[in-house]
Amino acid sequence: MRRVRQFAAITFLLGCCALIGAENHLPADQMAKAIRLDSISIPTPGELFAALEKPGKPNWVGQMRGPIATSYKNRAQIALNLGSLIADGFIAVEAKDSQQVKNIGTDIIKMAKALGVSENVLSRGNSINEFAENDEWDALQEELEATQNEVKSSMQTHRDQDLVILVSVGGWIRGTQVVSAAVMQNYDERAAKVLRQPALVNFIEAKLNDVSPEMRNEPLVKDVSSELSEVEKLVSFPTGKAPTQDDVKKVNEAVGKIMTQIQTKEAQ
Amino acid sequence: MKLPTSIFAAVVLATTAGFAAQESDTEVAARKAALDLAGAFSNEGFKMRDGHWSGMIKPHDHALIAVNLYAGNQYWFSVGATDAAKKLAVNVYDETGKLVETETYNEGEKAAAGFSPTSSGQYYVMVDLVDGNESGVCLVYSYK
Repeated sequence: MRRVRQFAAITFLLGCCALIGAENHLPADQMAKAIRLDSISIPTPGELFAALEKPGKPNWVGQMRGPIATSYKNRAQIALNLGSLIADGFIAVEAKDSQQVKNIGTDIIKMAKALGVSENVLSRGNSINEFAENDEWDALQEELEATQNEVKSSMQTHRDQDLVILVSVGGWIRGTQVVSAAVMQNYDERAAKVLRQPALVNFIEAKLNDVSPEMRNEPLVKDVSSELSEVEKLVSFPTGKAPTQDDVKKVNEAVGKIMTQIQTKEAQ
Repeated sequence: MKLPTSIFAAVVLATTAGFAAQESDTEVAARKAALDLAGAFSNEGFKMRDGHWSGMIKPHDHALIAVNLYAGNQYWFSVGATDAAKKLAVNVYDETGKLVETETYNEGEKAAAGFSPTSSGQYYVMVDLVDGNESGVCLVYSYK
């Protein structure tokens, strides 16, 4: 009888240990099945820029670019450029350049209109102007993110689901271009570490593979998609190890190439 | 930690009404609870993300959500649920599946976990319904 009790006690303890082990470590199959959503799994440019600023404020003004075309005809190209323009908005906010924020806000609304998004999005242009005039930088960041989400929500409502991921892709590419350029200008290991995002690029690639065959076969989308698999390798630095200056340069060149295609490629 | 319903949370709730309109009452209630909690962190300089995850969780079950975070930032993951939830838990795991040490907050149908990643990359946020009946649950996160 005593042996039975001892056996039961040992079995119970082992069970507890196994349970504690399970709580302290997630099995691979559970991680593979984790929920991944555009709205929460893809960071905003604001998050990326906040991390970049920690070791020291970068030269945000130097990272701003001139106005981009807003007259694209191809919907995929408009969505990609719209995403990059929203990232530009975040840069202008970081640079505290209210006129630039207003100009970008106007262009965002122009592109959103071209995609036929709802009136709700269009009214955000006024809010962006108002916040920019009053130098309300925190409110502007929130407004830019809310605008991006409203554009995506409107796309979903209008059965333009495929365009949602393109807006995120455009934003991530432009954000990464700016961050890698800023790190190259003033190399700091802590700042360089923000470029490590293999799972994020992998998620974006998977989402691009899920779009309709028509969208996937658009030459621009095809090019962006194939270039991203190269970028994934470039941002797969080992955990805890900062990329070297040369690594950062390679990332910057790769995303710069994609950004040029998004901006200038003749889409059909 | 004080938990006032901040003006910021109310503004976010109002600006995202477009999404809320398409959600069920359960989702809206859970989201309001999550935003109330996250609002407290915005008083400490954290910026709340506009995106969220919401869903139903059964007793002693969990949801696992993948997020991509940046080294250098501080994060708080706030979870709110409907009244049927009596106790929630939020845990964070790194990309290898290892439990990350976090600061935690837990009170009834609200819970949160906060930490500063030393490595950029993918993390997993696990939301457990420790006690209570099947509930609508919402996760939002803040960063600074």
